[in-house]
Amino acid sequence: MSDKIIDTNKEYKYGFTTDIESFKAPKGLTEDTIKFISKEKKEPKWLLDWRLKAYKRLKSLKEPNWQKPKYPKIDYQDLYYYSAPKSVKDKPNSLDEVDPKLLETYKKLGIPLDEQKRLSGVAVDAVFDSVSVATTFKGELTKKGIIFCSISEAIQKHPDLVKKYLGSVIPLTDHYFATLNSAVFTDGSFVYIPPNVRCPMELSTYFRINASQTGQFERTLIIADKGSYVSYLEGCTAPMRDENQLHAANVELVALDDAEIKYSTVQNWYPGDEEGKGGIYNFVTKRGACRGKNSKISWTQVETGSAITWKYPSCILQGDNSVGEFYSIAITNNHQKADTGTKMIHLGKNTKSKIISKGISAGKADNTYRGLVDINKKATNSRNYTQCDSLLMGNKCGAHTVPYIKNKNSSSIIEHEATTSKINEEQLFYCNQRGLDQEEAISLIVNGFCKEVLQQLPMEFAVEAQKLVSISLEGSVG
Amino acid sequence: MLELKDLKASIGEKSIIKGLNLHIKSGEVHAIMGPNGSGKSTLANVLSGKNGYEISGSLKFEGQNLNEIPIDERAKKGIFLAFQYPIEIPGVNTSNFLKTSLNTIRKSKGEKNLDTIALLKLIKEKASELNINEKFLSRQLNVGFSGGEKKKNEILQMKLLEPKLAILDETDSGLDIDALRIVADGVNSYKSKKNSFLIITHYQRLLDYIKPDFVHVLSDGKIVKTGNSNLAQELEKTGYKNFN
Ligand SMILES: Nc1ncnc2c1ncn2[C@@H]1O[C@H](COP(=O)(O)OP(=O)(O)OP(=O)(O)O)[C@@H](O)[C@H]1O
Ligand SMILES: [Mg+2]
Repeated sequence: MSDKIIDTNKEYKYGFTTDIESFKAPKGLTEDTIKFISKEKKEPKWLLDWRLKAYKRLKSLKEPNWQKPKYPKIDYQDLYYYSAPKSVKDKPNSLDEVDPKLLETYKKLGIPLDEQKRLSGVAVDAVFDSVSVATTFKGELTKKGIIFCSISEAIQKHPDLVKKYLGSVIPLTDHYFATLNSAVFTDGSFVYIPPNVRCPMELSTYFRINASQTGQFERTLIIADKGSYVSYLEGCTAPMRDENQLHAANVELVALDDAEIKYSTVQNWYPGDEEGKGGIYNFVTKRGACRGKNSKISWTQVETGSAITWKYPSCILQGDNSVGEFYSIAITNNHQKADTGTKMIHLGKNTKSKIISKGISAGKADNTYRGLVDINKKATNSRNYTQCDSLLMGNKCGAHTVPYIKNKNSSSIIEHEATTSKINEEQLFYCNQRGLDQEEAISLIVNGFCKEVLQQLPMEFAVEAQKLVSISLEGSVG
Repeated sequence: MLELKDLKASIGEKSIIKGLNLHIKSGEVHAIMGPNGSGKSTLANVLSGKNGYEISGSLKFEGQNLNEIPIDERAKKGIFLAFQYPIEIPGVNTSNFLKTSLNTIRKSKGEKNLDTIALLKLIKEKASELNINEKFLSRQLNVGFSGGEKKKNEILQMKLLEPKLAILDETDSGLDIDALRIVADGVNSYKSKKNSFLIITHYQRLLDYIKPDFVHVLSDGKIVKTGNSNLAQELEKTGYKNFN
C-alpha cells in the first residue's frame, strides 16, 4: 500500500489531503491497540472490558465471503486503528480553539463550522479520521434537552445512556465487521432526543478520512425517546489514494413509543480511479430498532462513492404498528461495486415496511440489491412493499436483484416488484433534440429515475445529492 | 435553409429512404404526405441527427453539411422536431425540462440566461396561448398525458425554442377539432419569413388551416410527386393508389 495521491481523477473534487501532524496508535490489531484507544479516550473500565470481549469473540469469527464483490485479503495487522490530529489531542471546548487547518478542511468540503458561516438549520458534528473535531449549535440544542455530541464525549458525560443502548441493536457478537468495530471503534456521533421533543434542526455528521493506511471505525448511536422526532444526515469523503482504505462503521438507532428517526446518508467516499485502483471499502452495519409501538425508522441512502459498498441498513420492527422504510440510490461507475439493500424484520403486529431501491450501473461496475423481508409468526396483519429498479448504461456493467422473502403468517402481505432496463435511447434522443447534450440528458433522466428516493432527502441536501448523481456518471456513456 | 440531395438512409439491411431530393427555403411551408411506412418519420429522425442510420447523400442546413453534427448541436442550430410519439420521461418535471431546454437553446443563440421567474412567466404565457392548463407544467414530462396533450406540449416547446426549421411529425393526429385549430393558430402565429416548416401529415384537414407552399408525396422512401396545396385535396379523394 502506498500513499501516492492520484490527481488524474478530476471529477472527485474532495480528493485532497490535509497536511496535518497526527497522533497514531501503533499499527496492528492487538489487545494493546484496543487498550491504547480506550486509554486515549479516557474510557471507563466497563467499556474497555466490552471492547476486549468483542476482540476475543472476533478471533473466533471468519470474515464473510458470501457477498458479490470480492476483494483482496485485508491485512489487519498492517493498519492503523487510531489516528487523530495532534491539535485535537486535548480536545478544545469551543470552536474558536479548533485548529484552523481543520476548519479550512471542512470549509473546502463545503461544511463551514465557524459561527458566522455555518449552515443554517443544520447542526454538524465533524469527524476527522478517528476523532470528532467540532460540533456546532450545541447550545441551542441543549436548551431543548437534546444531546448531540461525539460518542466519546457521550461516554464521559452520559455514561448511563450509552451503557443502556450501546450494542443493544447490533450485539457485540453480531458478525465479523460489526464485532471488529465493537473492539476498535473510535468516534462517531451520539444523539439523544428527550420525550416529546421534535428536534428543531437537521443533525448531521460529516466523516472525513485523511490519514493513510488507517481504518475508520465509526460508531454512531441515536436514541429517540417517546414521542420524539429527529432527522439526521451523514456525509462522507476521503482523499484520492491508490491504496484501499477500510471504513467499517456501526450505526445503531433506537426509536421508542411514537418516536420517529429519519436517517439519511450521502456517501461519497473516494471511488478509486478509472482503472479501479484505490478507493474506500465501505463495509458498514446499520440497524435500527423500532422498539416502541407506533415508532418509525426511515433510512435514505445515496451511495455514489467507495470502491466497494457493502451494507444493509435494517429495521427491526418490534413495536406494534411500527414502520420501517428504506430508500436507496446506489450508483456504480468504472470499476465500483455495490452489494446493498436492507433487512426488514417484522416482529410486532400491524407492522409496515417499504423498500424503494434504485441501482444504477455504468462502466464496468457491478450493482447488487440484496434484501430480506422477514415477517414473523406473531407479526400479524403486517405488510411489505418492495420495489427494486435497476438501470444499466452500456453493456459492460451488471445489475443483480437478490430478494429473500419469508412470510410466516397468513394475515400478512408481501409485494415485490423489480425491473431492469437499459438507459432509454428514445428518451436520450428526445432530450438531445431539445438541445441537451449527452451528459445533461443522462443526468436529467437518471435524476428522474431516482426521484422517489431523492425527494426523501432533507431539502438542504437534495440539490447537492442531485448534482452528485450527475457527477458520478460523468463519462459513463461514450 | 434545408437542402437534401440524393439522401439515403438505412438501418442494417433495410433501406428506408432511397434517394430523396428536397429544397426548403426560408419562409416556406412544405407538407409531406405518404402511406404508412413510407419513411416520413425516418426522414424527420435523420434530419434531427438520430443515431443508428447508415446515411449517404448530402444534407445541408443553411449551407452547412449536417452529416457529422450531433443531435443537440442541430437543435441549437435551429432544427426542431415535434415527435409523432413524444416519449414519457418519468420523474422529470415538465416545467423544469422546459426551463433547462429553453436556457440551453437561448445560450447557444447568444441570448441572455433567464432566471427561474422569467422562464416560468414565459412558459406560462405560451402555455395559455395554446390553452394548456398550468397543472401540466408541474407533472412529469409526458407521463400519463393524453395523445392530444402530448402533441400540444410539443407545439409549446416549438413556440418556446423558436426554431428556424420546425418539423412536425403528424402533430395533427390525435387532436380534437378545437385543439387542431389552436395548434394551427400556434403554428400560423409563429410562421414568418425567417423560419420554415416541414409538416408531415395524413390529412388534408390540417392543411386547410396551415396553407403549404408545396406538398410532396413520399412513397417507398422517395418523393414521387410534388405539387401545391391542390395536391393534398386530390390525395384526399384518390388516396395513394396512383403512386404505388
Ligand atoms: N429501427 C428500425 N428497424 C427496422 N425497420 C425500421 C426501423 N425504423 C423504421 N423502420 C421501417 O422503416 C419504414 C419507415 O418507417 P417510418 O416510421 O419512417 O414510416 P412513416 O412513414 O413515418 O409511417 P407512419 O405514417 O405510419 O408514421 C417502416 O417500414 C418501418 O417498419
Ligand atoms: Mg411516422
